[in-house]
This record gives sequence, C-alpha cells and structure tokens, in this order.
Amino acid sequence: MKQFFAVLTVLLAIVVLWYLAVGPMNIRTSLDQAERAGEAVTPEASRDRQQVSVWILMAQNSDHIIRGYDLDRPRLPTPVQVGEELWKTTGEMVIKGRPMSKRSLIYHGWITLQSTLWGFVLGTLVGILGAVAIVYSRVVDMSLMPWAIISQTVPIVALAPMIIVLSSQLGIEGRGVPKAIISAYLCYFPVLVGMVKGLRSPAVSQLDLLKTYNATGLQAFLKLRLPSSVPYLFTSLKVGIAAALVGTIVGELPTGAISGLGARILIGDQFGTPLAIWAALFAAAILAGVLVTLLDIVQRVTLRRMGMGA
Amino acid sequence: MNTESTTQPVIEARQLDLTFQTNDGPIHALKDVNLTIDKGDFVSFIGPSGCGKTTFLRCIAALETPTGGSLTVNGMTPDEARRNRAYGYVFQAAGLYPWRTIAKNIKLPLEIMGYSAAEQEERVRKVLELVDLDGFGGKFPWQLSGGMQQRASIARALAFDADILLMDEPFGALDEIVRDHLNEQLLALWARTEKTIGFVTHSIPEAVYLSTKIVVMSPRPGRITDVIDSPLPKERPLDIRDTPEFIEIAHRVRDGLRAGHSYDD
Repeated sequence: MKQFFAVLTVLLAIVVLWYLAVGPMNIRTSLDQAERAGEAVTPEASRDRQQVSVWILMAQNSDHIIRGYDLDRPRLPTPVQVGEELWKTTGEMVIKGRPMSKRSLIYHGWITLQSTLWGFVLGTLVGILGAVAIVYSRVVDMSLMPWAIISQTVPIVALAPMIIVLSSQLGIEGRGVPKAIISAYLCYFPVLVGMVKGLRSPAVSQLDLLKTYNATGLQAFLKLRLPSSVPYLFTSLKVGIAAALVGTIVGELPTGAISGLGARILIGDQFGTPLAIWAALFAAAILAGVLVTLLDIVQRVTLRRMGMGA
Repeated sequence: MNTESTTQPVIEARQLDLTFQTNDGPIHALKDVNLTIDKGDFVSFIGPSGCGKTTFLRCIAALETPTGGSLTVNGMTPDEARRNRAYGYVFQAAGLYPWRTIAKNIKLPLEIMGYSAAEQEERVRKVLELVDLDGFGGKFPWQLSGGMQQRASIARALAFDADILLMDEPFGALDEIVRDHLNEQLLALWARTEKTIGFVTHSIPEAVYLSTKIVVMSPRPGRITDVIDSPLPKERPLDIRDTPEFIEIAHRVRDGLRAGHSYDD
C-alpha cells in the first residue's frame, strides 16, 4: 500500500508539473490567437510581445492563460490532448476497422517494432558472440574491446545516414535492413558488456572444481559459464531492447522514411503538428515499456525455473 | 585401483619446493616438503595462514605446479592423476551451482565423466544417503543450511570413484556445533568408504580428532615442522577429546605450531 502511494505521488507530481508548464509554454501562441480573434492583449503587437518574458505576459494577460490549454497546435499539449490524439490514432482506428491505415500509430508502431526486433536479435547475437570471444581470448579482449567502446561514442545520428547510404549502395532494397543494423549497433553494446561480466562471474574455485573433474573447455562453458551469465544477460537484454528501439527511431528520423514512429515524429515536426509528435513519442515510450516488461517476465520465469528466483 | 599393491604410498612428496613469482618478489610457499601418505590414511594439515597447507593440497590436485622436487599421486604425476580423476576435492565454500538442485549438483561430475543416466541416479542416491541427506535431492542449495550445503559438496566429491578425498578447510565457515557433528559424520564416512583423506584445517581439536596423521606446518617459507602419527583408535566418539592421550597430542601440535611461529618474532 505504501509503495502504491509512492508510485501514485510521483505520477501525480509529473502530471501537475506538466500542467503547470503548459501555461508558460503556450502563452505566446495563445496571445497570438487572442489578438487575431480581436481580443485585448498587452502588449498589443506580436513583435513587441517577443521582447517580453513569458512570466510578465502571463501576469498581464492572466485571463488568456486558459486558452493555452486548448490550442490546436500547442507548443506543449496537455496530457489530455496527448491522450486524445493517441486514442484517435490507435483505438479509434481499430473501431473504424482500419488499424493498419497510414494514419494509425499501430501501423507505424508495427513498422518500428519489426526493425527493433530484428536489430535486437542481431545485436544480441553479436553481443553474445563478441563476449564469448573476449572472455576466451586475451588478444580479442585487447583488440576488440576498445573498438566496442569507441563505437558507442560516435553519435548514432551522424552514423545513421551513412549506414543507409551504404546499404543502398550495396543494393539493399528498402529501409528494413539498414534500420535493423542501426538498431543492432546500439543494442549490442550492453549485451556485450553484460555477457563479458556474466561469463567471467564464476569464482576461481568453481573453475578449479571443474579442472579437478578434468572437464573440457566446452563443458566448463556450457555447465558453468553460460548458466552463471543468465542473470547478467537478462539485465543487459532489458537495456538492449530499449536501446534497439531508440536506434530504430533514430534510423527513421534523418532518412526521409515515411513510415515508423521516427518518421511520424519527423513529419509532425515538418508539418507543424505537435500533437502528432507527442502521440508518436508516447507510443514509442509505451512500446519500450511493454518490451522491457515482457523481458522482465521472461527473466522472472527463467530464473525461477533455474532455482535462482529472488 | 584397489588391485594396486598396498606397499605403494598413495601420495609421496620428496624435497618438494614451490616458489610463486609475485610483483612483490618471490614467495617461498613450500620448501623441502617430504611426506608419505599411505592408503586409508586420514591426514590433517594444520598451521597458520601462509604455511602452505592449502598450497600443498593444491599441488596434490595439480591445481598448482611445484617448482622443485618430486610429487607422485597413486604413482603418477599429479596431473596424470587429475586426468585419471584420482581424487575428489572439497573447497571451503560449498560452491554448489545455485541453478541446480542438490541431486543435479552431485550429478555434475558424473555428467562430465560420462556416466549413464541410470548410473547417475544410483550414485546420487547412494552418496546422499552416505552424507545423511536422503530426501534432499530435489531441493535447491539456498533451501539448505550451510552445514547441509557442505555435506552436499562432499557428496559431490564422493560421487565418482576417486579413492582420494582432498578437503580444504571444508568446515571452516561453520559454527562449532555443526562442525562437531560433521566431524563425527566424516569419520563414519571415512570408515565406510576407506578413502585416503587429505584435510586442511585451522583447528587443533579438529585435526587431532579426525586424523591418523597430523602434519604441522609453519610459514615463511612454508614447511613441515612435525608429523605426528596418532595413537588414537579408529573408533572415536566425541568424548575421546577429554582423554589424556588426546590432550597430549593436542599439546604436541600446539608446541609444533608455537615453534614454527617463533621465527616471526
């Protein structure tokens, strides 16, 4: 019950802060609209208002603040507006029987999800194989690990267009493959780091014990190192799938893609429809939450089955 | 292995030397160690930290390589003996795999050594009974007390047919009451299985109570200062520890330890 209240308090605080921010964020747009509607505002000219801070504008035009909570194109929409837009582009589309229409976030989410999952599978594979190589070979450890770290310092936004150009040069049709690669690029790293730690987690005495059995390297890997790494793997996978989703969305941003949540965000920006951007952002956040939660459930079930459930 | 002649010692060390190269210079872990262990002996190694008792046990197990002298196990080099699975090793930490049940933990060496499934079942049943854990095979390690976990780890070392059991402070982390109980059980187990046991300990009463041969060691460099053949009978109830013979041996061990220590001061 105490936990419930804590969760509720944080949620409430976020919503309250959000509502408080809507006023100052939208005051200029509100006053522009009021001016156009012929209502009295101070200062009267839009250009003069640019020189005045939002706080003074709010103080001088207190009766227009409320207008900011119901704009068509607000700079910051209210939670209710975002919720309505989300509903319009998801639930309502389903009711209309067109869940896969180009205007539906379900369609765009599905496009993003596919790339995310491919990127996740690819990144996880690369991460696990890389970790095995690093753990078993000092040479690989010293030659590969620095590059793995460097790879994560390169801004993915800069890299994404290059990957797309490169893949079209190589004659790869469509955006699915390059998006998955960008996504895998972000996803492999947490898996690699986590698995290296996990595969190295057995104590020296555990490895000594296997030596006294004259166990082969493969047996030591399968019976000790791999099972020891499972808790580490799941922690990494949860970070990895969120990173994969971010990678996919970034891959959809700068590339003129027309479908996917990233494309919705970009298009919303270009066409000046902030509600569409916010709805896409929330759809992405919800998608990430669902994916991480699913992995969390798989983790709990697996660890409990392995006798390591907390 | 039972067909081997009884005259051959199970473990024989001659002028054994081991020097570790560390960043702080060489450490002389073992110096001129001479020791013969016969079949069926229960040998305790006792001494302060750094006296090389664990190192010597690890040499027998081929987990360390001596830098001088000779060491044979069952007439072979330690590494050959290891590859022939001549011994079971029990570490201070039970080291059971948390993702395996007790039965599956005991099966670990059997799986690695390629025993058939039926044989594995049979052996698990047998050793669980031997360490008094029947009925606990399906439990996970965390469901067992520390003493029970250590018994399971002994069962794991007994599951395959090694006639040597090497134990590195197996009861070091347990409280004294549990320890007494396990010592009694270990003696019973030793009597039933007729294994040769090498046992590292910090505790004088434990060493005297368990052993047929007590090896007193001292540090810097790690060496043997005294080897005591115990006159105590094989049958040892716990109250044997109040007899004059017991107290006399304990005295001798304590004197040996003190003599070794005087070099430090």
